[in-house]
Amino acid sequence: MSMTMKLHYDVSGDDFTRAGEASGKVKAKLRQLGIDPTAVRRVAIALYEGEINLVIHAGGGEIDVEISPEEITMVLTDQGPGIADVEKAMTEGFSTASENIRSLGFGAGMGLPNMKKYTDQMKIDTKLGEGTTIYMTVKL
Amino acid sequence: MTISDVKNIVSAEIICGEEHINKEVTTAFGSDMMSDVLAFAKDQCVLITGLCNPQVIRTAEMLDMICVCFVRGKRPDEDMIALAKERGIVLMATEERMFATCGKLYEKGVRGGESK
Ligand SMILES: Nc1ncnc2c1ncn2[C@@H]1O[C@H](COP(=O)(O)OP(=O)(O)O)[C@@H](O)[C@H]1O
Ligand SMILES: [Mg+2]
Repeated sequence: MSMTMKLHYDVSGDDFTRAGEASGKVKAKLRQLGIDPTAVRRVAIALYEGEINLVIHAGGGEIDVEISPEEITMVLTDQGPGIADVEKAMTEGFSTASENIRSLGFGAGMGLPNMKKYTDQMKIDTKLGEGTTIYMTVKL
Repeated sequence: MTISDVKNIVSAEIICGEEHINKEVTTAFGSDMMSDVLAFAKDQCVLITGLCNPQVIRTAEMLDMICVCFVRGKRPDEDMIALAKERGIVLMATEERMFATCGKLYEKGVRGGESK
């Protein structure tokens, strides 16, 4: 195996039932590589929350994952509406999700806080009307 | 106890994963909000929920849970069953409500486990 491995996934914005497919594949891959189960779970949860956000808030997007012996980096990119107030969005319980999304089990406003909690580094680049890129790192 | 004991205690019906029902269960987490499960669950074996869509199976998958118990008579569809089978997750369904399901399991020694 080369020193780093790169994975790329396109996430469709119009199929909620498939949201999480990419995260599931990443999780299976990390497991297969024999990476520490706690790290695998942290990556899986953070990425899954991010993937759900791509689907419910941004009309879809892309996920890039890089696995090196030192760390796992995840980059989620979308051309959605962007986030008006990042600090507010990072607050536990803050959500703009519709009642419909809530009835699907999400939209509790815990996604971004969860992503921060389960990763070692997280950075959000966003511009209203242009989109959002979220960078996350889990150290191994 | 085992998944099989859980099934008996809450009068559930096994929907798939019969081959895994002898796996050990010590802890469970009950919620209809998957974000809460992702935020607060840690090392729980069983997810008890009244929500019934593929994201329930995905959530269990991300948290390495081995069993999902649907309450209030909710029945997973074919796609959800296929997802669960692929991942070796046992699905069961009971007519009981959330409170009674959790209470019966608690009474028999299942605990909420550690949070965070
Ligand atoms: N990729 C994104 N594009 C646009 N807005 C987003 C994105 N991710 C999150 N948000 C905004 O941040 C809020 C908080 O996100 P999150 O904590 O995941 O909670 P939830 O998804 O439950 O609403 C969302 O309600 C939404 O307004
Ligand atoms: Mg979210």
